[in-house]
Amino acid sequence: MTINWRGLLQRHGLILAFGLFLAGVALGNDAFLTPGNILDVLRQVSITGLIALGVTFVVVTGRLDLSVGSMLTLLTVIVVDQHNTLGPGLAILCTLLAGLAIGAWNGLLVGYLGFNALIVTLAMLSLLNGVTLWYSGGSNVNVVGADQSWFGVFGRGSVAGIPVPVILFLGSAGAASFLLRRTVFGRSVYAVGGNQVTSVFSGIDARLTVFCAYLLSGLATALAAVVMGSRVMGAQNTIGQGYELTVLAGIILGGTSLMGGSGSIWRTVIGIAMLGFIQNGLLLMGFPYYVQWLVTWAIIIAAVWIDLAAKRGKVFA
Amino acid sequence: MNQTVLSVSGITKTFPGVRALDDVSFDIRAGEVHALVGENGAGKSTLMKVLAGLYKPDSGEIVHRGEAVRLTSPLEARNRGILLIHQELSLSPELSAAENIYLGAWPTNRLGVLDKRKLRADAQAALDALGCDFGATARVGTLSIARQQMVEIARAQAFNANLVIFDEPTASLTEGEKVQLFQTIERLRAAGVGIVYISHKMDEIFEITDRITVLRDGAVQGTVETRDTGIAEITRMMIGRDLDSYFHRARADFGAETLRVEGLTKAGLFRDVSFSVREGEVLGLYGLVGAGRSEVVETIFGIRKPDAGRLFWRGEETAFPKPRKAIEIGMALVPESRKEQGLILGMGGRQNITLPHLRLFSRLRVMQERQERAVFDRYRERLSIKTTGPEQPVSLLSGGNQQKFVLAKWLCAEPKLVILDEPTRGIDVGSKSAIHELIAGLAEQGLAVIVISSEMPEVLGVSHRVLTMSEGRVAGEFSGDSMTEQNLIEAVSRQAPAAVESEVA
Repeated sequence: MTINWRGLLQRHGLILAFGLFLAGVALGNDAFLTPGNILDVLRQVSITGLIALGVTFVVVTGRLDLSVGSMLTLLTVIVVDQHNTLGPGLAILCTLLAGLAIGAWNGLLVGYLGFNALIVTLAMLSLLNGVTLWYSGGSNVNVVGADQSWFGVFGRGSVAGIPVPVILFLGSAGAASFLLRRTVFGRSVYAVGGNQVTSVFSGIDARLTVFCAYLLSGLATALAAVVMGSRVMGAQNTIGQGYELTVLAGIILGGTSLMGGSGSIWRTVIGIAMLGFIQNGLLLMGFPYYVQWLVTWAIIIAAVWIDLAAKRGKVFA
Repeated sequence: MNQTVLSVSGITKTFPGVRALDDVSFDIRAGEVHALVGENGAGKSTLMKVLAGLYKPDSGEIVHRGEAVRLTSPLEARNRGILLIHQELSLSPELSAAENIYLGAWPTNRLGVLDKRKLRADAQAALDALGCDFGATARVGTLSIARQQMVEIARAQAFNANLVIFDEPTASLTEGEKVQLFQTIERLRAAGVGIVYISHKMDEIFEITDRITVLRDGAVQGTVETRDTGIAEITRMMIGRDLDSYFHRARADFGAETLRVEGLTKAGLFRDVSFSVREGEVLGLYGLVGAGRSEVVETIFGIRKPDAGRLFWRGEETAFPKPRKAIEIGMALVPESRKEQGLILGMGGRQNITLPHLRLFSRLRVMQERQERAVFDRYRERLSIKTTGPEQPVSLLSGGNQQKFVLAKWLCAEPKLVILDEPTRGIDVGSKSAIHELIAGLAEQGLAVIVISSEMPEVLGVSHRVLTMSEGRVAGEFSGDSMTEQNLIEAVSRQAPAAVESEVA
């Protein structure tokens, strides 16, 4: 019996390469693999990670959500601004509802009316940029009386030495994983992404499933906005710019296919964490900031290439 | 005329866990039609892909026109004059017939610009030589399936192919188109081309081929002259035993009415369709492709909404359901296309089987995987499905085994009515017979069964009663002694002009 190298490489190739990278950086830098630095990286990726959890549902149905970056901006502005008028509790509630409403609108257009997901969410990105500027009047907002508010706990607090954002991220990941892996809804998500026609013939409400996936994407982004607002204690009109691409990069890096029908939450968590550690490692090694972007690009291309090579392997096995 | 075009000897090809081809040897002569038959999974597709340069064999020799060759790509095979005509055609719908015929080898002038005139003239010559009645400039997407197939065959003409492999060429052709295809194959044969003909349809094989090679479990069972053999012998070679009888009909023991529809109408698809089916009864729906049969059952199952009509379920008038409701009250629809409508190819058998019954296999909306595995095991055993386990993606299985998963999916929740749309299309004789037996078994258990089929012997063989449809209308109903081939054909062909008349009136 020979070892199936190709299969092994396909399933664990990226994680192997990632392990080598971690070992390499750790050898050259004592500060890298310390508990403090690991928690620091996890804290840094928690906002991207929270959003990615929701977007994973959308991607598994075979759709995209490019509106999460500008959604993050708007929702952060809302939570910070409302904190000053309604207080933290109601501000958070407002933000979650706003996230669900935006998700519902995307879900309505893509799920029920069958519009192209790329176009719908790209248009939403533009719309939300406009709404943000209108809402904020173009100026930055800040939390007034930050010292007296418990709002800071989401971004800055910690429990037993573990930052609250990390707890929120990993806790939500556990819940999301259960939802996707074990429930009727999760199975429907995989089915719709795998073959929508078969799903309909099997009595699955494909439109509702897609709609709910976008709801989750909105909800996850709202949670991320609460963490973001709490950490920064303020919001600029560009605070979420580019997040949609980082989120997508993490999901792809984890090995979830953009074609839909496969993937998982733990893959997304690993993909997002890998992005974080790579960026952190490069900084510790003293590379200038822009190198992160070049390396991220290279890694994504490598991930897609390995995925493709493995699929070719099936045909010419 | 009898020289060998291509011979293979000792070809072996293994995939992880499977020996797909085991020491296979056979040869194809110039000017003969050579049938390759075998059950699904017997190795026909693998052998065909070896011949077309898609797979590299582990061992063995291929001799093409007296020369030992190694075929490493489809392009190389084509350059040597070996052409594979796929079951699923591989044309670009946006391009013209001419552009498709010469795809990858467009003629250019001295400046490297496409020579449209030459392209068109050459392509037209190839099409004319095959007796085609359409122009080379026609956009392929606008052509019928049969004509698209002719475009593929024209490649053989254009590239002077000496070996053409047909894979299930009649799967989506009408009777008339089939006759035309056979004439074309006859022309190629007369021109000295060697032809490999892969098909599940015995009548075609006996009509058109000169020799038959039978494969079973990846090994050649023998090559025989077609005129010296019969269906019984070939079937025996394929499955390794006698087929007791080709068809099974359930004994007639009917109970109460399960389903009745009245005046079912959907504009543009079907009109005023009424029928009923009882417990223990097998109702056949016969008609040509496009007669509206699939559309009618899809409407009953809730995939489409009717414009008018009434539905009675077990004696009570019921609103037309949505698919989930239809499943809940006990309907099952085994759809026409198992890959597009029946299965999620990337999923394993377990998840495919339980897909229509997620609520049944969950508690508080949480899937109960142990129950899912139990039902998977039960049906793997009951239908003898060949698969490595509950998680093996069904895309890796043969057509027959895939179809068994579709059946398992619809039978596991004990439906009251089972609708099967072309249940044996594209699968081998052994599996066909198993499915006919299953249909009879369902009816004898007291289920109502509706079978849609375009194969006359199948409809007549399994049904108690046959409804014929033509151009969206019920054209006749036959049972007992009136259920004959003659009557069915007449009913289907007679209705067409009548329908036109009533439109005018």
